[in-house]
Amino acid sequence: MTTPQTTTTNRLAELNDVFRPSKSLGQEAWSRLIRNKASVAGMVIIGFFFILSVFASVIAPKDPLELNSGKRFLPPPFYKGQTNIKSEPEFLLGTDGLGRDVLSRVIYGSRVSMVVGFLPTAIIMLLGTAVGMISGYNGGRLDNILMRLTDVIYAFPDLLFFIIVMVALRETFIGQLMNGLILLFAALAIVNWVGVARLIRGQVLSLKQKEFIEAARCIGVKDVRIMFRHLLPNSLGPLIVWAAFSIPGLIITEAILGYLGIGLRPSTDSTDIFITSWGALMLDGQSAINTQPFLLLAPAICVALIVLAFTFLGDGLRDALDPRMRGTQ
Amino acid sequence: MINYLIRRLFWLIPVLLTVSAVTFIIMRSAPGSPWDTSEDRRQVDASTQKSLEAFYGMDKPMWRQFTGYVIGDWNSQTHEYACGMICGNLGPSYRQRGRSVQDILFGAPEGKTFWQSRFGYSLRLGITALSFAIFLGIPIGIIAALKHNTIWDYTALFIATSGISFPSFVLAIFLIIIFGSWLHWIDIIVDDWTVAKYWFMPALVLGFGTMAYTARLTRSAMLEVLRQDYIRTARAKGLAERVVVLRHMLKNALIPVITILGPALAGLVTGSFIIETMFSFPGMGRAYVQAIGQRDYSMIMGTTVVYALLVAVANLSVDIVYVFIDPRIRLEE
Repeated sequence: MTTPQTTTTNRLAELNDVFRPSKSLGQEAWSRLIRNKASVAGMVIIGFFFILSVFASVIAPKDPLELNSGKRFLPPPFYKGQTNIKSEPEFLLGTDGLGRDVLSRVIYGSRVSMVVGFLPTAIIMLLGTAVGMISGYNGGRLDNILMRLTDVIYAFPDLLFFIIVMVALRETFIGQLMNGLILLFAALAIVNWVGVARLIRGQVLSLKQKEFIEAARCIGVKDVRIMFRHLLPNSLGPLIVWAAFSIPGLIITEAILGYLGIGLRPSTDSTDIFITSWGALMLDGQSAINTQPFLLLAPAICVALIVLAFTFLGDGLRDALDPRMRGTQ
Repeated sequence: MINYLIRRLFWLIPVLLTVSAVTFIIMRSAPGSPWDTSEDRRQVDASTQKSLEAFYGMDKPMWRQFTGYVIGDWNSQTHEYACGMICGNLGPSYRQRGRSVQDILFGAPEGKTFWQSRFGYSLRLGITALSFAIFLGIPIGIIAALKHNTIWDYTALFIATSGISFPSFVLAIFLIIIFGSWLHWIDIIVDDWTVAKYWFMPALVLGFGTMAYTARLTRSAMLEVLRQDYIRTARAKGLAERVVVLRHMLKNALIPVITILGPALAGLVTGSFIIETMFSFPGMGRAYVQAIGQRDYSMIMGTTVVYALLVAVANLSVDIVYVFIDPRIRLEE
């Protein structure tokens, strides 16, 4: 005679034959994500640049700060330049205007793009989520103020704001910190947190009406707990997708500012972690477009690659986290 | 409806005020006065400095400088009243002596029309880029939707997705190097922008992102319309396919596309400063970048306010256009 226990086990085993093993929402999304070829390619590229930026000092073939006098604007060995300057095989992508190795500088430049992509995004997400959640959950005056604030910030062309901040505060104390990176982070965060706050607020407003929140409130769950246990996990999907699309935007912004000469200050100090950025490299390359186009091309290709990688990953994440959205905007 | 419009118009005021206040505060908190770090590093002596400050109204307290900038104030030297931003006066440029900001931006050279001014050039470039985006983007979107899930659709979707995310200045770099430096098809340095063919490249680069966006928007709107009952009815009563597509589908599918045109044009005019700089185009964007390089604070401020006004008006235009072309939308709130 079988005990009830074994019947249940048998029944479970039976069910397992019919149905596939249960997966959590996260596992489900992950398996959808890795079936998307474009997203996987995106992840590989991002991983590649991530490794490049962390181990730049090991990977870079030469010292990115070493000046080689008399070897200015050498074209790479594989490129027949339009001038008669002879290339040297040791400089794989040629040299810049001060005879520094372009390949090494591009590798070091990936550090700035990586940190500009991730760090402000993290700050923005924390700040925006907190404000959005509180304003959406409590409503009232705070909510009103937030919405008016977003209206104003949306009207401000954000790139112009970054430019103004970087130009005006460059020479101040905060503008000097880490060659201007801290100021850049602050400027990016001040503008962008509003978008996240709005997104989370919208999520919270719709979730608030759901039965499970009502049930939680009925049994006396505290507000803070409702926010962290119910509201936050349920708004995580759109937030992750937002982050995937925000990072390339920030990388482009940094490149534009660098190209205008108001981004990170290129450093000559070998103890610095952030020596140069892709935007600053493009600015250098602008003047030697005929003799050494790779000073301009190499960082431009890197920016294009990483931006496309994040976009494909973001598309994949959106499809994976919310299959209903598939194929729509 | 009229009430709504008036309310929206009044909302422009606090937006512009905040934008100019923020810009003003940031600009004034920059260390140093605008002229002690001029290009030639020639130091200004104390008395000249004083009269310069009086001339530019910088001897007044901060709040008065701001109200002076927005509303207007009496000059402490000449005792003349100068109206501020509300009269369209953006103040004198710090670097280009004797010229005001609005004169640099909107004033045409002697004997030329408004279209020859810096703003006119940017506007024309924006319009060219926008028409390029529309005349290429909409057909691509239509073809993609009509040939849904075929190779045409996938190709169009790929172009649209990468076009939206691809930064335009990177595209400009590629095109300049390939077609300018390697193939010599285009001139990298152009002096005479009255020749139409030179406009092709900057307009193409500038409009590419908008083109991709238009294509994607048209495609998704068309796909939505495609399944409507009235399309089946139109086909059932034996209308020619051309009539069904153009008159029944497109007319409805273009509603979202038309509404983005205003902001798109504003985005193209305000977002063109990188492209203008790269192609040395004589527009407002390049003036802005040059002002950044010269630390011409009044010029930077004035241009920012103009840009913000453009963006705000463009956003407002969407809501208005919506009401007129889509009778389903009512703005009572």
